[in-house]
Amino acid sequence: MRQADAVIIGGGPAGLAAAVELYHKGITDILILERESSLGGILKQCIHDGFGLSRFGETLSGPEYAQRFIDQVEELKIPYITDATVIRLTGDKKVYAASREGIIEIQAKAVMLAMGCRERTRGAISIPGERPAGVWTAGVAQSYINLQNKMVGREVVILGSGDIGMIMARRMTLEGAHVQAVFELQPYASGLPRNIEQCLRDYDIPLYLSHTVTDILGKDRLEGVVVSQVDEKLQPVPGTEKTYHCDTLILSVGLIPENELSLEAGVTLDDRSKGAVVDENYQTDVEGIFAAGNVLHVHDLVDFVSMEAEKLADAMARYIREGGLPPCELDIKTDGNVTHTIPQKVSGKKSFRLAMRVRRPMKDGAIEITQDGKTVKRYKFKKALPAEMIQIPVEAEKLNGEAPLEVNVIC
Amino acid sequence: MLRQFTCIMCPMGCSLEAEVLPEGRVEKVTGNNCKRGKEYAVREVTNPVRNIASSVLVENGELPLASVRLNAPIPKKDIFPVMAEIRKIKVTAPVSIGQIVLQDVLGTGSDVIITKNVKRKAEEL
Repeated sequence: MRQADAVIIGGGPAGLAAAVELYHKGITDILILERESSLGGILKQCIHDGFGLSRFGETLSGPEYAQRFIDQVEELKIPYITDATVIRLTGDKKVYAASREGIIEIQAKAVMLAMGCRERTRGAISIPGERPAGVWTAGVAQSYINLQNKMVGREVVILGSGDIGMIMARRMTLEGAHVQAVFELQPYASGLPRNIEQCLRDYDIPLYLSHTVTDILGKDRLEGVVVSQVDEKLQPVPGTEKTYHCDTLILSVGLIPENELSLEAGVTLDDRSKGAVVDENYQTDVEGIFAAGNVLHVHDLVDFVSMEAEKLADAMARYIREGGLPPCELDIKTDGNVTHTIPQKVSGKKSFRLAMRVRRPMKDGAIEITQDGKTVKRYKFKKALPAEMIQIPVEAEKLNGEAPLEVNVIC
Repeated sequence: MLRQFTCIMCPMGCSLEAEVLPEGRVEKVTGNNCKRGKEYAVREVTNPVRNIASSVLVENGELPLASVRLNAPIPKKDIFPVMAEIRKIKVTAPVSIGQIVLQDVLGTGSDVIITKNVKRKAEEL
């Protein structure tokens, strides 16, 4: 069986950034396994600009952003195999991949989970009605248009105000389609305010909050959708149905970390984030298996994916060199205003960066991190949106190594 | 007159307020966390600009399309005419990031540049 210090599952932004950082930290026996035919992950199809402002101080398209990391991987001669799908991962860090050369078997000292996430589909949100062609998730439509030169439709309705849905509203408008409206179930948008501005408002595409699709019409090809208003419990209000004639319905209704391999390896997942439970080193509860990027929790910015992966790589390099990391036994508990936190566990002896989201839009409040009833950190905000991940640095000097931490939103 | 904007210069998406004088000059901008926000609000009042991205056909490439963007933003009113120009572009592989495929599109001063490396199609054996 082949051996490697570090095996990285996934050659997208998280995996690439971690590989380069591992190399710089002295770990050079690395192998990246990528299931597609080239590196770069989802960035390959994200041709719009706006990437890289935090990481590189300039604004780039997705493919350009990815290429910066791919160039470094090539320059450093970090080994990678494309068209290689990892089909099995064990708790003792054996990795099995199906590749063009047959099954590859590798015993790793440490494994990074960097598989990213996938889109929720029509089935996940149980839209009733017929099953005609013309119903796509936003990412699939994006792949058809941006990678395969296939236009998916002309008269478009979008369900869900996720960033990819809004970006596809603009993209399809630029390609000559007519986007009638974006409908969002929640009373607030799930994507970033700048995308509402530059993808919808710029093109006079209306955004209707508290609305959802309640029926799908058409036999072979989509002919229309029925849209209803929803009440505070998100239930359709009878009598509010309105039919929109369209040939295309784009779904942008959420992303889910892709964790089948993690589960097989015995990694415990967090029900809230749908990713692994990790400590301040991004190590899961299976020793030597680490996770970062969208497989851990869905990010709104790729820059933060890269930076998170680089932090993981620092800890992973130490794990490989020293054969282990100090235990992290303190839980981070949250109140009902917080969807989840990363990490979920800390040692109380090391500075860390807390990533979290609020459950609903809030104004003029503060996030308070306490331990033993004492305030460790207070983070004031003018506005907090579920669409925006909040990151709060927490310094080791303020922590004790004994009591769990609590995160509360005061508003 | 007070005008409100959501800044699109970075993901923070600051809510901006611009005080606009009757002659169309911006007197004061508030709500921004950096100088880019102020510049953005002034431009939104005087001459709003945007960058756009699309893709162009590649002949003999390992991929059918290469993505492109503008290397500088253009006035909002020029977006659709510029898209029509981009649609006419056809390139031959190989192409690489940063390569200009249409200079000074419609006299806007912006160039259309490639944003994805596309190699030549591997020869059939």
